[in-house]
Amino acid sequence: MDRPKVVKYTPPECVEDYPLGAFQAGHLVQKNAGWRVFRPVIDHDKCIGCLRCFLVCPDGVIDKSGEKLEIDYDFCKGCGVCAYECKVNAIRMVKEGEEADE
Amino acid sequence: MADKLVTNARDLTNSEYFYGHRACAGCGGSLALRLAMKVLGPRTFVAIPANCMSAVSFLHPQISFSTNSMISPFAATGAVLSGIEAGARALGMKDYHVVGFAGDGGTADIGIQALSGAIDRGDRIIYVCYDNEAYMNTGIQKSGLTPYGSSTTTSPAGRNLPGATRMKKNMFEIVAAHDIAYAATASIGYPEDYLRKISKAAQCASTSYIHVLAPCSTGWGFPIEKTVEMGKEAVDCGLWYLAEFENGEFRLNRKPREFSSLEDYLKKQARFRHLTDKDMDVIKGNRDRKWKKIQDQWTV
Repeated sequence: MDRPKVVKYTPPECVEDYPLGAFQAGHLVQKNAGWRVFRPVIDHDKCIGCLRCFLVCPDGVIDKSGEKLEIDYDFCKGCGVCAYECKVNAIRMVKEGEEADE
Repeated sequence: MADKLVTNARDLTNSEYFYGHRACAGCGGSLALRLAMKVLGPRTFVAIPANCMSAVSFLHPQISFSTNSMISPFAATGAVLSGIEAGARALGMKDYHVVGFAGDGGTADIGIQALSGAIDRGDRIIYVCYDNEAYMNTGIQKSGLTPYGSSTTTSPAGRNLPGATRMKKNMFEIVAAHDIAYAATASIGYPEDYLRKISKAAQCASTSYIHVLAPCSTGWGFPIEKTVEMGKEAVDCGLWYLAEFENGEFRLNRKPREFSSLEDYLKKQARFRHLTDKDMDVIKGNRDRKWKKIQDQWTV
């Protein structure tokens, strides 16, 4: 999977520690997964690799670099657009805390 | 960068340049930005005025753009883009893009003069208006692009008002009236068409403008998984259209053989749920007038 990763960040101790002017681009310090209620699970037997989910994910968490599509659960918010748009119903939304059976 | 047009997911890079933002789940605006950034690539300067996208992506120390990006004053997106472009040119930079993402209010109301000036100067910038049909960031107030009948906090539907009382400004045609090099309308419901238009704008040697409809589940009131579907239905029922303006000519890109149900599209959204049959007739009348004009005057 090739998705941006969270970096370790030490909060400034005094006002001089805050950046003046520009700050680093693409600087992630926190995951966004905490507000997810349902997580998408891809059934790779059904998936035909049309990349529709990759295209329409508002958060860009579906990675196509590997052999199979992978989901970055650190930043998936569980909106379910991928599952709704999937033409072959290969994505199920599973409630957090419950097992994805099969 | 993009020599040939990007028209599908297979052509699209796997790299993300807008990632880890705090937009609502199923946000249409963030999808519009994400896809545009993927087409434009890593050598892109971004300017964003006050809108949802600047609010969710510049939360220090969490910065979502992995390219150079900045927040511009609300009214000055066009001017800031011109400035960035002039700076990059003065430094002798090659192979870069300058893009701005303003919302509907930031384009049609507050930022319209700076945009007009930028088009007039003909700077090589890309201006993307992501249109979610109200000021969503501040809690859903009516903008110049809020359609008739839409209930917002400043146009509440009730005994006296049907919601917003005016139709959307013809922003696309206002921009085209400047004789801009390239302008287009798009919808995230037709992402391939949108990708093609962004990559066309990227190849344009002068100013280009893309107006992309970006449904907002929070402000419109529909289930979050239907964001892309709503963007598609808006086009299918004729309340939005996919068109281009190039070489002084308007061209319609998608001509629905017959419109899908207007009522179905409107009643799916909380902002339109109060509409009466009379309001529906007003909306239908406006739609049909618009389409008659398109049929008569544009290349279809």
